[in-house]
Amino acid sequence: MSIELKHVSYRYSPGTVYEMRALEHIDLSIPDGQFIGIIGHTGSGKSTLIQLLNGLLKPSEGQVLYNGEDIWGEGFSRKKLRGQVGLVFQYPEHQLFEMDVLKDVCFGPKNQGLGQAEAEEQARKALEHVGMPKELFGKSPFELSGGQKKRAAIAGVLAMNPRILILDEPAAGLDPGGRDEILSQIAILHRTRKMAIVLVSHSMEDVARYVERIVVLNEGRVAFDDEPRKVFAHYKELERMGLAAPEITYVMHDLKARGLQVDTGAITIEEAKESILKALKGERR
Amino acid sequence: MGIIRARKLGFDFYRYDENGRIQEASHAVRSVDLDIEAGQFAAVLGRNGSGKSTLAKHMNALLIPTEGVLWVDGMDTCQESELWKIRQKAGMVFQNPDNQIIGTVVEEDVGFGPENMGVPTEDIWKRVDDSLKAVGMTAYRYHSPNKLSGGQKQRVAIAGVMAMRPRCIVLDEPTAMLDPNGRKEVLKALRELNQKEQVTVILITHYMEEVVYADKVFVMDQGELMMQGSPREIFSRVEEMKKCGLDVPQVTMLAHELRKSGLKLPEDILTREELVDALCQLS
Repeated sequence: MSIELKHVSYRYSPGTVYEMRALEHIDLSIPDGQFIGIIGHTGSGKSTLIQLLNGLLKPSEGQVLYNGEDIWGEGFSRKKLRGQVGLVFQYPEHQLFEMDVLKDVCFGPKNQGLGQAEAEEQARKALEHVGMPKELFGKSPFELSGGQKKRAAIAGVLAMNPRILILDEPAAGLDPGGRDEILSQIAILHRTRKMAIVLVSHSMEDVARYVERIVVLNEGRVAFDDEPRKVFAHYKELERMGLAAPEITYVMHDLKARGLQVDTGAITIEEAKESILKALKGERR
Repeated sequence: MGIIRARKLGFDFYRYDENGRIQEASHAVRSVDLDIEAGQFAAVLGRNGSGKSTLAKHMNALLIPTEGVLWVDGMDTCQESELWKIRQKAGMVFQNPDNQIIGTVVEEDVGFGPENMGVPTEDIWKRVDDSLKAVGMTAYRYHSPNKLSGGQKQRVAIAGVMAMRPRCIVLDEPTAMLDPNGRKEVLKALRELNQKEQVTVILITHYMEEVVYADKVFVMDQGELMMQGSPREIFSRVEEMKKCGLDVPQVTMLAHELRKSGLKLPEDILTREELVDALCQLS
């Protein structure tokens, strides 16, 4: 199970004066079970990219392959693809529409052709997986808090049992507690369901903490594609792209400049703590 | 006297059934006493549903207290006759820049507020000039707002409020939808407004790093004002902040963790420089 982008370019309004090149010659593969972060400033092409992944947009050039098959090839069912590649938009709460939470989550699986009982079972499982309390299943989705609405919307996609889950800034607008909860639920889904996750985020700290690979988009091209500590080592280039490294990484660079032998590749609080304690012990010997 | 002052401020939301009877009442804000001095940079923190937006909406009379009183520059917001004056004194900026921009050209959008107030034309242009300059958007005055980045749009929205010459500006999560650069731009613009124009800034945010430079921080939880103080005082209470569903800046968190492991670091580290200095003194 993998998605592959081969030389993909995308232009909005091609052939008109408003033509805009959103993506240029992207080569990217998303293997099974990977947890990937996509970062890039506003307008760098992140949203365009994720809509290409499940066939909501058709590339102007190049190919999108799902398990080696061209998703725009003849006879390929994009409807099925969208069940396999689940996309949660930036404001998932806008995707809610049903009378109650359970019905809302049932919509996807029912659309896939499951009967009421089966769909409900899938929906209950999905709601459990996102940590939705049972007493809220019967409530109107519009009465939920911001964080709960996001969970309901994510459950709606999960209920279709996708192999790949793409989330566009799932934590935007949530408080720190809610953000940690939702992101750790996603990490758990990744581990227990062995799902590939693509997380689009503006928070370098969140990306540093959760993903195993980062793709940096800049002006429609892939600027970096590597494991997080290697990507954040290019913090100066990232800054020029309107991004940054996690605050912790800067601390480590400052300490190194002042002569303390710490690991400048540390990108989380835990890593930084270990490295600083070790460096200080070394000094005292 | 404080520019924003609240005494025993309370606000209840009601839900009605089909017959118009009260079905459920929820206390969004309960018995809040607060003082914000003119010229201060104040920040309000709190988890989703803690009542911070409800509190903010009282500051320019979008909501009227159901209990207690709130004064804006000495005017009681319950007095309907003062409503327009209050809204000129205290401007408001919301989360989504796309929902608050109405003009087709940047300068037109910024001029909308003063025009609405009946300011003479020459004066409007002067105000537009000044406010665009104050947020660093003069170069974009003839641009179409929908071609701007998120941070630029948000700065145009701030300029639009500034053109009404308010004494205080309330921002409800203005950076929630922005990328790191956009966030930096907006924060810089706000700090400059505060320092150069002496505008009182009240910033509601979920980003702890944005609060480090504030004069005063208020922490809301379950409708109540749980803590207030300088960022240093507030962020040294790491465990309490976590209990309120909040966080502390990453640097403070790292210092806290290192202290738990036995390093002798001060409790109130807020910035990168402070942490680096303190660690270098240990080695």
